[in-house]
Amino acid sequence: MLDNLLAQLSFRLKKTKTGLVNKIESLISGSSGLDESFFADMEEILIMADVGVEASLGFVESIRKKVQIGEIQSGKELIEQLKKQIEESLTFENSGPIGIANIPSVILVVGVNGVGKTTSIAKLANKLKEKRKRVLLAAADTFRAAAIDQLKAWAHRLHIDIISHRPNSDPAAVVFDALQALRARRLDVLIVDTAGRLHTKANLMAELEKIQRIIKREYPEALLEILLVLDATTGQNALAQARVFQKALDLTGLILTKLDGTAKGGIIIPISQELGIPVKYIGLGEDIGDLQEFSPSTFVTALFANADS
Amino acid sequence: MLEGLTAKIQAAMKKLRGKGKLSEADVKIALREVRLALLEADVSYKVVKDFIARVQNRAVGQEVMQSLTPGQHVIKIVHEELTHLMGKVVSKLEPAPRPPTVLVIVGLQGSGKTTTCAKLARYLRQKGRSPLLVAADIYRPAAIKQLQVLGGKIQVPVFDMGEKHNPLDIAKGAVKHALSQGNDYVLIDTAGRLHVDEGLMGELIQLKKDLKPHYILLVVDAMTGQDAITVAKAFQEKLTLSGLILTKLDGDTRGGAALSARAVTGCPIKFVGVGEKLDALEPFHPERMASRILGMGDVLTLIERAQESIDIKSAMELENRLKSHDFNLGDFMEQLEQVQKMGPIDQILGMLPGIGGMKKLRGLAVDDKQLERTKAIITSMTPEERHYPNIINANRKRRIARGSGTKVQDVNRLLKQFEQSKRLLRQYSQPGKGGKTANFPFLKM
Repeated sequence: MLDNLLAQLSFRLKKTKTGLVNKIESLISGSSGLDESFFADMEEILIMADVGVEASLGFVESIRKKVQIGEIQSGKELIEQLKKQIEESLTFENSGPIGIANIPSVILVVGVNGVGKTTSIAKLANKLKEKRKRVLLAAADTFRAAAIDQLKAWAHRLHIDIISHRPNSDPAAVVFDALQALRARRLDVLIVDTAGRLHTKANLMAELEKIQRIIKREYPEALLEILLVLDATTGQNALAQARVFQKALDLTGLILTKLDGTAKGGIIIPISQELGIPVKYIGLGEDIGDLQEFSPSTFVTALFANADS
Repeated sequence: MLEGLTAKIQAAMKKLRGKGKLSEADVKIALREVRLALLEADVSYKVVKDFIARVQNRAVGQEVMQSLTPGQHVIKIVHEELTHLMGKVVSKLEPAPRPPTVLVIVGLQGSGKTTTCAKLARYLRQKGRSPLLVAADIYRPAAIKQLQVLGGKIQVPVFDMGEKHNPLDIAKGAVKHALSQGNDYVLIDTAGRLHVDEGLMGELIQLKKDLKPHYILLVVDAMTGQDAITVAKAFQEKLTLSGLILTKLDGDTRGGAALSARAVTGCPIKFVGVGEKLDALEPFHPERMASRILGMGDVLTLIERAQESIDIKSAMELENRLKSHDFNLGDFMEQLEQVQKMGPIDQILGMLPGIGGMKKLRGLAVDDKQLERTKAIITSMTPEERHYPNIINANRKRRIARGSGTKVQDVNRLLKQFEQSKRLLRQYSQPGKGGKTANFPFLKM
């Protein structure tokens, strides 16, 4: 029975390796036109991109209505409409690069375990350094084994300063010291690395709230950015993560990492719809230069691109 | 663990439970909700489609119509198919005929390979084996140091050759080292890599060819979305995996990736990671997981944990003291410690049938620190005070509060709770008066 199932699966996987655009085109050229099986396919593609059941059905319903009232007549119009709708849900006024203001910035980077916080910080630090900003790092992940060494290795490679304490020390104390250093050394940007934590651990979330409080208290005039790092391979749980992190902290943006794999990262669509947090950057690889500013239109194009191209 | 999915399927199944007879339309409605629940749980679209089709084939028609309680029958079928999909046997890591048994741990970046390696080593050590950890992640900064620190914590040796050698040479060196040192298991921690990274995947293919490891285990993050199927399939095709390890199941993810990865690779899920601590690794039990998804609770795991951590002798002593009405604050603390040993309280609660599905309790954060505070208060008492709490007057309370870093109100609360627990326990120890739902006095703090 299982063998049978596996055979079916591998067959179906091959079948879906054609992008939505091709699929819609082939559907339109066929005799069937815009029928139910077409909407089912649309739902399938959105769900498989991790857009989520609710958001996917929302898009399908809205498109279906437009087809019914004759607002959409061709397959081409339909793709354009769908792309436009998704793009709109990802567009915010306060998007754009961070840390480039003329006043000191503090960037607090948070997220669950293994999403790529430390690597993203190194990439961001490098980006800001290229813009002639003087960057300071704070190793506030005092929990995970060798996390401090990992950030130190990056600081060394990038020739930037780092404030760190001993493993298992109080992360809030590291942040406190780093804020003093930011002020005393007259640097431009402080980026704070924090330990990965599942959003379900209430005490660890309280620890982050404390760090946020300290930054606001110790350096109120600095521009505070709080970025939640999300792994593009994560499914619907990313929405739960974003909800809880936003409840605890004043999130100002998202970083979507690991988009260089086959995951589409569609989960940011329901996150943007529900929470209104802009995606600031996307991570596209292991190299230091693999961090890009987020562009909704490019993201949507990639979402519908051929999986094997 | 998978409470979210449980709740969804239970909601769908409630509609079936109320009826004596079941129409084809009813089954379809119920299964539609099961389908949505599974999709929301991140089970692959493809896997869900096949699953629903198979359950529907079995549920609609004879089988269900003839059974007495059709709702139960559908639950049974869903349960059977879920169990089937997740594999049948309880998996273990059998030793190779000739030691050392070589395991290679692979996976995407950030899936939890290094922590899992350390957890496996600890698990093997506890079974009386002599594992060797091997740091073969030469790419991520400080990855070797991370494994060394973890190895130090669990007192398992860590083999490394720095970052200058390639993983194959390191692995070969490690096996040699294990032979000379008498290590019977070699656990190789590899660098995280994308399944589409030809270069790094080629490195693993070479490693497999030359080293011929006994096990190649893929670490899968339980929070993975639809991509789980693509990732698992790619690793399976290139390396022919021997098993899966599911990590980060201690969050609130519904863990649909477990079903997807299992279905597409056909490999057994050997272990699940349920926390950041190095003892948070459990063997995977397909039956139990299926029961859990269907809201039957994970009582078996709970019982097993309790057996591991509760010292039978001290439990007997406690029982005797209870019977003799001689239960004091010292015993109270012992009891708290026993519970604590079983794991974080929120996890224990999740395993109890009924509680996992209770809306009120879901999202309730039970803070383990409260237990620590309670212990601090009790340890700040003199033995006499612990034995005869009645003698604790205002003066003593102030001293205890100071000693434990708490407030007098906290001491008062504890004493009140202790009295309540004592009354409650007496009820239980008197035959005929017990039988009420279990109460956890320490949860009220």
